[in-house]
Amino acid sequence: MKRDFTIPGMTVALLMLLAGYLVLPGWAINMVALSLATGLVVLGLMVQMRAGLVSFGQALYYGIGAYAAAMSYTFMGISDIFLLAIIGVAASGAIAFVLGFLMSRYRAIFFAMLSMALSMILFGLLVNSAELGSTDGFSVGRPSYFTYQPGSGKRLTFELYGLICLFSFLCAFAAHRYLSSTMGYIGEAIRENEVRVEYLGISVRRAIHIKYMLAAMLSGLGGVLTALLIGHVTPEDFVYWTKSGEFVFVAILSGTGSVAAPFVGALIFELVRTYALQYAPDFWQMLLGGTLLLVILFLPGGLWSIFRLRKERS
Amino acid sequence: MSDIAPILVDGTTYASYLFLVAVGLTLIYGVMNILNVAHGSLYSLGAFTSAWAVGEYVNAGYPVVGTYVLLLLAAIVVGLVMGLVLERGLLQWMYGRDEIVIVLVTFSAFLILEDITKLVFGAQSYMPWQPHDLPGFVDIGDISFFVYDFGLMGLAVVVGMAVWFGLNRTRPGKLLHAVIFDREIARALGINVTRIFTVTFVVGAVLGALGGAVAAPMISVVPGIGVEIIVLAFAVVVIGGLGSIEGAALGALFVGFGRVLAVMYMPELELFIVYGVMALVLILRPQGLFGRVEARKI
Repeated sequence: MKRDFTIPGMTVALLMLLAGYLVLPGWAINMVALSLATGLVVLGLMVQMRAGLVSFGQALYYGIGAYAAAMSYTFMGISDIFLLAIIGVAASGAIAFVLGFLMSRYRAIFFAMLSMALSMILFGLLVNSAELGSTDGFSVGRPSYFTYQPGSGKRLTFELYGLICLFSFLCAFAAHRYLSSTMGYIGEAIRENEVRVEYLGISVRRAIHIKYMLAAMLSGLGGVLTALLIGHVTPEDFVYWTKSGEFVFVAILSGTGSVAAPFVGALIFELVRTYALQYAPDFWQMLLGGTLLLVILFLPGGLWSIFRLRKERS
Repeated sequence: MSDIAPILVDGTTYASYLFLVAVGLTLIYGVMNILNVAHGSLYSLGAFTSAWAVGEYVNAGYPVVGTYVLLLLAAIVVGLVMGLVLERGLLQWMYGRDEIVIVLVTFSAFLILEDITKLVFGAQSYMPWQPHDLPGFVDIGDISFFVYDFGLMGLAVVVGMAVWFGLNRTRPGKLLHAVIFDREIARALGINVTRIFTVTFVVGAVLGALGGAVAAPMISVVPGIGVEIIVLAFAVVVIGGLGSIEGAALGALFVGFGRVLAVMYMPELELFIVYGVMALVLILRPQGLFGRVEARKI
């Protein structure tokens, strides 16, 4: 049996990230927090990709989470971060539960297209109705923690940063346990040959339904946290199909090798984006496209497979 | 019921424009099983190239009538060059890979081409209105319509008929059907599948660029038009059935009229209706209204 270093590795990473708050400059803290939130969405994509499903509309649930949080804040005055997270996750989970009956019937390109259509329906609704904020979206203020409201300052508060780190760790932990369980491994079996899985007495549709819901809830949480970090949600930034494409990009870049991969991939993505937008804004998309091509051609397992290759060689 | 004439004309115009963009997409998918996201860039490259060419041409003082030839020429040049570059330079290495992987490859090509378009044509907008306004108006009832819109309808019908005729009534069309039906058997029978793929892709690319070229006089050509059109074109081909020419026409009419009706009566549903219909079709008939059902593989 191969030793699994995922959990201890992630625990060390969590402690290092928390300690990093003391040494890293403000912009780096922000970037780490944002990429962790993105990593949560990509983790959801990865759970589905293990079963061979690529969603070109994951921004649907990212957007639902973000909008649920922003609208609860705006209309109901809820600022408690735990409550907002629960609302966002519950909203995306509930919608995924309903849509899952539908989505679990589709595979390959139809799954990708239908998920994109559904996310574009939400986009269309948001953009064209004033009640839902139209193209302006909603603002979100600073979150509170039960009754405690940290003081205002320019720097991202330790409370929010630490919670994002903790949420990401817990989700990655849960996803790791899930993916190494029987139900998790069934995903790979479905990707290989789903008729055989059916013959073994397992409902493929139910398995996919569950994965779809898990992915949606992870994305919803990612959406809530990003909304709180940025402080503003708009349809263009949270629901449009290019956002879904970005998530797919990070997922392909990271690979499906480990639950830690999406977070590492998202961090690299954010880092490169920050520098590219600063120094070569005209080449940003070209860089994205070129990288995606290179990864597909030469690293089908994503960046994470580099680690594995080196391990196998030694 | 004074609304009927504008609804009919605007709906058909919009549908013709969508059909011109979508027909290339569906042709490429039908023959090669490639869902070409880069079709959006071919559209915007076609639009930018023709808009730029029309601007230069008109500024040089030549008669405006020539711009129609220019639009066509721009589409053919862009389609030929970009089609060959994409198919020979990139996609030919991907055949046999998973459909989803190929979608991602064309998505990368799309991202790269978006920036190249911006680098070549700058971030400003072009408005080549001259070919649009030249033929003037025609009156139906007490409302005036642009003649250009009717020309667009005519072009869509001609292109649709030509593609249909080419596929169903000519020898290359028959060969194409053999390739669609079974790639390996077709190759074993001595059909040059590689060449058929290249030609199909280039024809599809020219059609995509043509959609952009004829749309350019009606819109303001700005960076980002490809991003918008590609999801609309997806909706059109999915509604009609991926790979079906008749389906693309029907899908274009659905989306065209749906959108015009929504804009007139319920503007808040404008985008919703397009993707709502797309989702509904995928739910009820995943293969699309005109698509074929594929046997489940064990």
